[in-house]
Amino acid sequence: MLLIPCPWCGPRDEAEFHYGGQAHVPYPEDPAALTDEEWARYLFFRDNPKGPHPERWSHADGCRRWFNAVRDTSSNEILAVYRAGEPRPVIA
Amino acid sequence: MTPQAFRLPEGGRVSRDEPVGFVFDGVRYQGYRGDTLASALLANGVHMTGTSIKLGRPRGIFSAGVEEPNAVVQIEAPFPEPMLPATTVELFDGLVASGLPGQGRLSADPDPARYDAVHAHCDVLVVGAGPAGLAAAAAAARSGARVVLADDQPELGGSLLGTREVLDGCPAAEWAAEVGRALEAAPEVRVLRRTTVFGYYDDNHLVAVERRTNHLGPLAPAHLSRERVWRIRARRVVLATGAHERSLAFADNDRPAVMLAGSARAYVNRYGAVPGRRAVVFTTNDSAYAAALDLAAAGVEIAAVADTRPERGEWARRAEQAGIEVLTGHAVVGTEGERRIASVTVAPLDGGSPSGAPREVAADLLLVSGGWNPVVHLFSQAGGRLWYDAELGSFVPDSCRQAVDVAGSARGVFHLSGCLADGAAAGRRATEAEGFAVEEPLALPRAAEEPRSPALPVFVVPGPDGAGSATHFVDLQRDVTVADLARATGAGMSSVEHLKRYTTAGTANDQGKTSGVLTSGAIAHLLGVDVGALGTTTYRAPYAPVSFAALAGRDRGVLHDPVRVTALHDRHVALGALFENVGQWKRPWYYPREGEDMAAAVLRECRAAREGVALMDASTLGKIEVRGPDSGIFLDLLYTNMMSTLKVGMIRYGVMCRADGMVFDDGTVIRLAQDRFLMTTTTGNAAAVLDWMEEWLQTEWPHLRVHCTSVTEQWATVALVGPRSREVLGSLAPELAVDNDAFPFMAWRDTAVAGIGARVCRISFSGELAYEINVLPWDAPALWDALLGAGGRLGITPYGTETMHVLRAEKGYPIIGQDTDGTVTPQDLGMGWAVSKKKPDFIGKRSHSRPDTARPDRKHLVGLLPDDPAVLLPEGAHLIDSEVLPAPPVPMLGHVTSSYRSAALGRTFALALVRGGRDRIGERLYAPVGDHVVPVTVASPVLHDPEGTRRDG
Ligand SMILES: [Zn+2]
Repeated sequence: MLLIPCPWCGPRDEAEFHYGGQAHVPYPEDPAALTDEEWARYLFFRDNPKGPHPERWSHADGCRRWFNAVRDTSSNEILAVYRAGEPRPVIA
Repeated sequence: MTPQAFRLPEGGRVSRDEPVGFVFDGVRYQGYRGDTLASALLANGVHMTGTSIKLGRPRGIFSAGVEEPNAVVQIEAPFPEPMLPATTVELFDGLVASGLPGQGRLSADPDPARYDAVHAHCDVLVVGAGPAGLAAAAAAARSGARVVLADDQPELGGSLLGTREVLDGCPAAEWAAEVGRALEAAPEVRVLRRTTVFGYYDDNHLVAVERRTNHLGPLAPAHLSRERVWRIRARRVVLATGAHERSLAFADNDRPAVMLAGSARAYVNRYGAVPGRRAVVFTTNDSAYAAALDLAAAGVEIAAVADTRPERGEWARRAEQAGIEVLTGHAVVGTEGERRIASVTVAPLDGGSPSGAPREVAADLLLVSGGWNPVVHLFSQAGGRLWYDAELGSFVPDSCRQAVDVAGSARGVFHLSGCLADGAAAGRRATEAEGFAVEEPLALPRAAEEPRSPALPVFVVPGPDGAGSATHFVDLQRDVTVADLARATGAGMSSVEHLKRYTTAGTANDQGKTSGVLTSGAIAHLLGVDVGALGTTTYRAPYAPVSFAALAGRDRGVLHDPVRVTALHDRHVALGALFENVGQWKRPWYYPREGEDMAAAVLRECRAAREGVALMDASTLGKIEVRGPDSGIFLDLLYTNMMSTLKVGMIRYGVMCRADGMVFDDGTVIRLAQDRFLMTTTTGNAAAVLDWMEEWLQTEWPHLRVHCTSVTEQWATVALVGPRSREVLGSLAPELAVDNDAFPFMAWRDTAVAGIGARVCRISFSGELAYEINVLPWDAPALWDALLGAGGRLGITPYGTETMHVLRAEKGYPIIGQDTDGTVTPQDLGMGWAVSKKKPDFIGKRSHSRPDTARPDRKHLVGLLPDDPAVLLPEGAHLIDSEVLPAPPVPMLGHVTSSYRSAALGRTFALALVRGGRDRIGERLYAPVGDHVVPVTVASPVLHDPEGTRRDG
């Protein structure tokens, strides 16, 4: 059970959260302008790194806010949390 | 045999003035309070507890703790429980148990006991209350930190309970009890006895089970939970989990009365029970000498000590001083005896192999010590890495990314003074790391410094000529031998993980506590490689078996999942409704009358709705209020059709898709004001839809000024349906103009119905003239009663979800999640009319022009009419286009999604998703059902009133 630091509420049990997949995959400005392949890439393709991974999380059973977290997928360590819309922080 | 013939007249921690009667394998015995089932059996001279799972070989009590591989028992009374190690079952009066070869039996009766769970948070969690754990907890507690100390035994002290060690001149167990009293008295300390920490998860989240009343047997108070799960979040953890002794692989090393040396020592010192009269000791290290001396002091004749080490160490000299024969550079090479050891054969070792004349020694007990394995399970679960200490011959903790320290024998420190100092240091480090100041260091008691000489780890004692190892057991619980391992390595396997799965070594419910390292050692021996390079298999939770009842806790029966009922639930119960679970909701399914089955009740309810007037509780539909100046823009993005153009006072049906273009939900949207909408969702999907809306608003369109609120439970809704519904509503709502021009289809009005403030919507999910009347929940029963009263002379009929389904299916209205499965577009459903061509974008729009979504031969929602109007197709039936089932692979055209008997059509019918279905209308298809094939004709999904003439009454 991860202890996830919600940027609004502080550290809370993982069970209160909902996972939302890779962060920084914005909805395209004008989907109609995309080729089928570009649209399929937006829909179906995501990174699967071993190591730091920016992710979307929602504090579903708490403040119900979405935020982003950088999690190391090999250690489960959460390296940073930041609010939706903020840029991915540089992690040394 | 004399009762308790193997019980010492004094000594140990059992209460000789509290005798306890119990039954094992049908025989009545007596033990004492403070015994385990195993120690009580040994006191009665019983070693053999059963036969082995695969080979049926006699097996007996091997250890004195949770690591026990052999003495696994079935508890028969007071309540059946399978597969408990006899070494962990505290004896109580009335215990009935039997030995188990392999699997046990669960009770067929529900477990009457209570189980619960507690969440705990602490600065320092100390696992294990042996010398290291007690010192760690005492050191941490001095700082004022919040400390939890968890130990699996009824009494604190760990190994100190089973030795005769002395601290500051007093028995060490007295020191343990004193530390325990001080910890109990400290305000920030919680001591959990009989509590096994079985899982170590991320971010120092550990889970333990506390056995609270098991030891009381039939006297356990019913109001107390029998077991309690502790979910502990600790800032820092000190693991003082001790060490398990291991055996060696030699011929016939599995007979009853072959026992780990340290365990025999514990039986004598802790339980006052001698496991035999004449023992041979086989060891690779010093620790077994202490066992031999303690047993000798208790009157057990030690026939010989066979020590693999060629040198005669200080302990050997002590043994010899006590009159014990020590055979250095010797090994046990075989045993005899059926239900119990009768003799032991020893032989000199030369270069690791027996050489020279073997000697048979009569004995009824063989104590073995192949060394000690630090209990690294929890450390390993935490993500900690291990390294192989060749001198100890075992794996010890290295580093871990979690905030955890390991102390005492769990990290390979095996002498008492070292364990105390190690534990105290770990406790102090943990509190200092959390910022707690410690005035002066904990004063530790003085332990005698015992001599130490290095161990000579040996894993396998080869048979004569290096051959024959079919009785060299490594895993007693799985009956895995060195010969089995040799077959696996001979087949080319060299990874312990592969060998584990091939041979099943380490996969029994003891999880290889005594066999894991021995297995690695034996494999290394066979492959001629270093044990450290080979490594161990992965340690996984749970460390020890945990009952499902404990894990379920109070989440059983009605508490398993919340039950949601509407404001009208009591009315439905009074009307004799049967209920259907829809998500967490209880919805009336149908209302059978005397003598009616479901089919008859549903036909009657359908007829009432189509021909007269009927009513249904629609309160469970999800309701979300959307407010803010940008609400129209947002709903235009959310739904496939245009919502921003909806006029205040009007209602529109809408479909929403995922970004992949597949239908996600549907419902109605009513416009309450320029900046205020109320939308409905399907019953089971309300929370998911609200989450979906929040996700887009927060992550993609935070600039939209929109707020969403669930109001599902703020409104109760009654659907009033049928050609005569207008009469009923009109009679109750004098202020409402109910004629079609004043109150058209898809309009809503606020008015009073039966004197109750209500919002009435002209929505139909049946194709009939219908109204959905929304009131505050506490007004719902009065509304329901008024409608039944006003409609009484018209035969107003309550109906449930089954009738609702039939009525909507006759009209071809799909249920999202029943007629769709996440691969269905609105166009597939024939709802292209609900997909805006004008809007520049909505969620899913771009996907509708992907080549795969635009294919003409996608599966379409169609109607099916079985040729035989009495045949009801099973939902899920597949559809093919040939009368004879072809050879596999059978080309499937689709499947039946809904199937009913229709009163209006006077026949059965179905909805189905069929490849290119709209182009097949009129075609004959076939549904294989059981061993025959049902012919059906494809039809439009709208089978009743296709012109829609009935909706205005
Ligand atoms: Zn939060």
